[in-house]
Amino acid sequence: MGDKPFVHPYIPNAVPATKRAMLDELGLRSVEEIYAEIPDRLRFKGTLDIPPAIRSERELRKHVQGLLDRNTSSLEFLNFCGAGCWQHYVPAVVDEVINRAEFVSAYCGGNYSDLGKYLARFEFNSMLGELVDLDGVANPIYDWGDVAGRSFRMARRITGRDKVLVPAHISPMRLMEIRTLCQPESMPTSTKVRFYEWDRETGMVDLEDLRAKLDDTFAAVYWENPTYLGTIEAQGAEIVALAHDHGALAIAGVDPITLGVLTPPGTLGADIACGDIQPLGIHMHAGGGCSGFIAFRDDDPIFAQECPLELYTVLETKTPGQYAVAEAMAERTSYGSRDQGKDWVGTASGLWTIGAAVYMALMGPQGFREVGETCIARSHYAAKLLGEIPGVEIKLSSHFFKEFVVNFDGTGKTVAEINERLLGHEIFGGKDLTAEFPELGQSALYCVTEYHDQADIEKLASAVKEVAR
Amino acid sequence: MNSQCSRAVEGGAGGAPFKEAPQEKVARLGRLRRDGGMLRDYHAPRYDEPFIMEQGTPGERGIFVPLAEEGVTEAVGAAADYIPEGMNRAAAPVLPEMAQYQVMRHYLRYSQMTLGMDLGSDISEGTCTMKYSPRMHEELIRGHKAADLHPLQDEDTMQGLLEIVYETGQYLKAISGMDAFTLQPGGGSHAVFTNACVMRRYFEARGELDQRTEMITTIFSHPCDAATPMVAGFKVITVMPDENGYPDLEAFKAAVSEHTVGCMITNPEDTGIYNPQIDKYVEVLHDAGALAFTDQANANGILGYARARDAGFDACHFNLHKTFSSPHGCEGPATGAYMCTDKLAPYLPVPIVTKLGDRYHLDYDRPESIGRVRGFLGNWMGVVRAYSWIRNMGPDGLKEVAEISVLNNNYLDNLLMAVKGVSRPYAEGHRRLDQVRYSLEQLKEDTGVGTEAVRDRMIDFGVQSYWMSHHPWIVPEPFTPEPCETYSKDDLDEWAAVIKRASDEAYADPQFVLDAPHAQAIEQMRRTEALEEHDQWAFTWRAYKKKIRGAE
Repeated sequence: MGDKPFVHPYIPNAVPATKRAMLDELGLRSVEEIYAEIPDRLRFKGTLDIPPAIRSERELRKHVQGLLDRNTSSLEFLNFCGAGCWQHYVPAVVDEVINRAEFVSAYCGGNYSDLGKYLARFEFNSMLGELVDLDGVANPIYDWGDVAGRSFRMARRITGRDKVLVPAHISPMRLMEIRTLCQPESMPTSTKVRFYEWDRETGMVDLEDLRAKLDDTFAAVYWENPTYLGTIEAQGAEIVALAHDHGALAIAGVDPITLGVLTPPGTLGADIACGDIQPLGIHMHAGGGCSGFIAFRDDDPIFAQECPLELYTVLETKTPGQYAVAEAMAERTSYGSRDQGKDWVGTASGLWTIGAAVYMALMGPQGFREVGETCIARSHYAAKLLGEIPGVEIKLSSHFFKEFVVNFDGTGKTVAEINERLLGHEIFGGKDLTAEFPELGQSALYCVTEYHDQADIEKLASAVKEVAR
Repeated sequence: MNSQCSRAVEGGAGGAPFKEAPQEKVARLGRLRRDGGMLRDYHAPRYDEPFIMEQGTPGERGIFVPLAEEGVTEAVGAAADYIPEGMNRAAAPVLPEMAQYQVMRHYLRYSQMTLGMDLGSDISEGTCTMKYSPRMHEELIRGHKAADLHPLQDEDTMQGLLEIVYETGQYLKAISGMDAFTLQPGGGSHAVFTNACVMRRYFEARGELDQRTEMITTIFSHPCDAATPMVAGFKVITVMPDENGYPDLEAFKAAVSEHTVGCMITNPEDTGIYNPQIDKYVEVLHDAGALAFTDQANANGILGYARARDAGFDACHFNLHKTFSSPHGCEGPATGAYMCTDKLAPYLPVPIVTKLGDRYHLDYDRPESIGRVRGFLGNWMGVVRAYSWIRNMGPDGLKEVAEISVLNNNYLDNLLMAVKGVSRPYAEGHRRLDQVRYSLEQLKEDTGVGTEAVRDRMIDFGVQSYWMSHHPWIVPEPFTPEPCETYSKDDLDEWAAVIKRASDEAYADPQFVLDAPHAQAIEQMRRTEALEEHDQWAFTWRAYKKKIRGAE
């Protein structure tokens, strides 16, 4: 340290007199005597290669805000990109609640001292359970891709089988996360991912191909609704029946904001549902708003027992009418059993869970119905206007919720060129699918939600018309 | 310098007389404030608030949602026409129907019934480094320039984001001594999992994955150091401590073979004991062609004092939500920083943030990569906070953070060791760095009051319940405080006073402590068989109504 004492506002005991008094009580001359625990050869003696401190809050804020200001937000430009992270409206009350210091700062405090946190978690589970129509909901973790992989591992443990069938038009990014969790196939404990085809006309899964590929060696059949390419999957009940006929579990990946209008996975007979809660009132944060959930049937305890995530049950107290919430079967997790546990749990996305609880409570059944209807109506309006532009074609089925595939082959331009030019119109175009789905040609996945009004959509259409010319 | 200083010098190392015997000091501190002590006469907020599922009235609305304009519906017709047969939800979800004020009030009450770190004293949560999270950072990340970005928008429109990620990576490289980084993992354990996958890919690329199947950890390393290599497909070997609390070097050597992938270990371990031989363990691994990873979730006490690279490690990780001030948010979102040497860099998850000239890029073209552990760019909100915090501290400030956290820990230790019933197993004569694992075995033996009862009593004084220990409890009746640099001397005195009070009560009236808590929003929990029994547990309100209410 330099000669002048550095008493940072976040370090009260750096005051020299305090430090001296504390050392005196310990009978030490300096903290160096404690650091003698680290042998000299392992001590770092240089100065860390880090810029000197920006001392005042004012100057620091100016510096960091200056960096952030180099970003262009989805409030400044119109954003029509989704593909796993979607721009929906975030109610102010959600932000009010999740920005409360108690929630922002809480960690793993106990059932009594952090009671409100536990009650909010249980309410999240309860309301999500209503949306997906399943009795068991676990504490969410990183994101959809992660929970899909964990669901497959869960199915492997439940069935003792080591293969899963996944639709070939799953999000490639999600698939990368799944493969990381499922291990290289040469490893004895790996879960093998196999694919079944999708219909290039409708965007739905190819049931015939599923029938052909499915046999009694699969742990699970996975499908998504809506699919990564945006279409609504109408064959969920058939997928479930096929899976069950072969002793496999049926695992649905769902976007929960669709479930005010679409039939939920539990109703279709899914054993496990997973997905992302980011659409439920969480800002995109460049993907940081994502958070994956797992829900499951609870008529058989095996699902809870093999669930890899934390589970919270409601309890009563000594006083009648009082409720508490506590972690169930904690020894099942890595915290309870280390490498003998079910996968692992860790700090994940607790704040988003609370935000989603507030969102579901605000929306209620009417809000969910309306948001679903508005997403469908406005996205179809956008598809209609875009499809009318010469050279632009809407691909796949007209059954979609908020995302749809727009093909630009007829314009003679690449998606990259279109998107580049749309920036000049202050628009973020759809996700470029050319690398992921070459068979779709120059196509992009567009996302239109209740966030975008008619004027926004018309602005998009006129901009595309201009840049595609 | 003042006279106190010269007196301490005369006393010599470890020899300076205490100004006040610690027993007398903690006895005084352990009184209520009004009696001259440090204890609060506290009661938690108590609202008797029903679950939201039991509130509201049909027809109430929490928020209006945009409806499709007339022009839109005229053009495309009814939304229902686009839902395929059988996919139109028949029964509406049973969600609350409640006006906005009532919803907000409900959750604000819940927030008040949450002590959190900002209101409690999170000295309690050892291994978690509960330091102050500057409010200014929260304002930065809540703005639309951070919160309302889409992850796939053009690189040119998120240069600020990429610069913050890139530069934070450079700082973490300096702090760890490593060559490369990723900030994609969504938490500390996730970064540790990333390591298991990077090591897996390293040996897969060398064609040695069939041969190398075993990962070594130690029992005092975090549970994720054992669990995540299992998920990655490895057999896990756990080394137990020797009589001094260090991982047994001979047992460690015996565990290493041509089958070893590497190690995943913490230093200092959960006990707060720094292993001075750590480089010898690394040598053993390297001699066997294996790799070495150190879990640096608890790096707070060694910032600027010791670097993972200098002990020979190939990789390490940090938790930006612990050491680098990002808040914990009721267990996330969080950010794990994974750091490694050039040898392992090709295997890092995609994308990697690179810098060319003064532009920042996302590099996906990395054929050796493990792929992904998380979607998009991870939780970069945590990176903004860590960036800002590091810039605010500078190199000297980071060292001061470490120094004061270590001093705080030893000061608190001095007070706690004067409390009847408290002991500190292992490594007698060695000082701990950032935290200590204590035992209440003596208290339990003398009074029947164990660590769980003390945990549930201490909160009645307005401090957070303490972290006991990861499992298994090698240290009996454990508790693990971590008084990082955030806490003042008064905070430390208060925390020791709470433990002193609980100990006094246990010796005087053990049943009173066993009946705790006494000043919380609810009373002690009942029907705890629901934690294990299928017909009793209810993870949702609908399950509760079916299983418990239906049975009544």
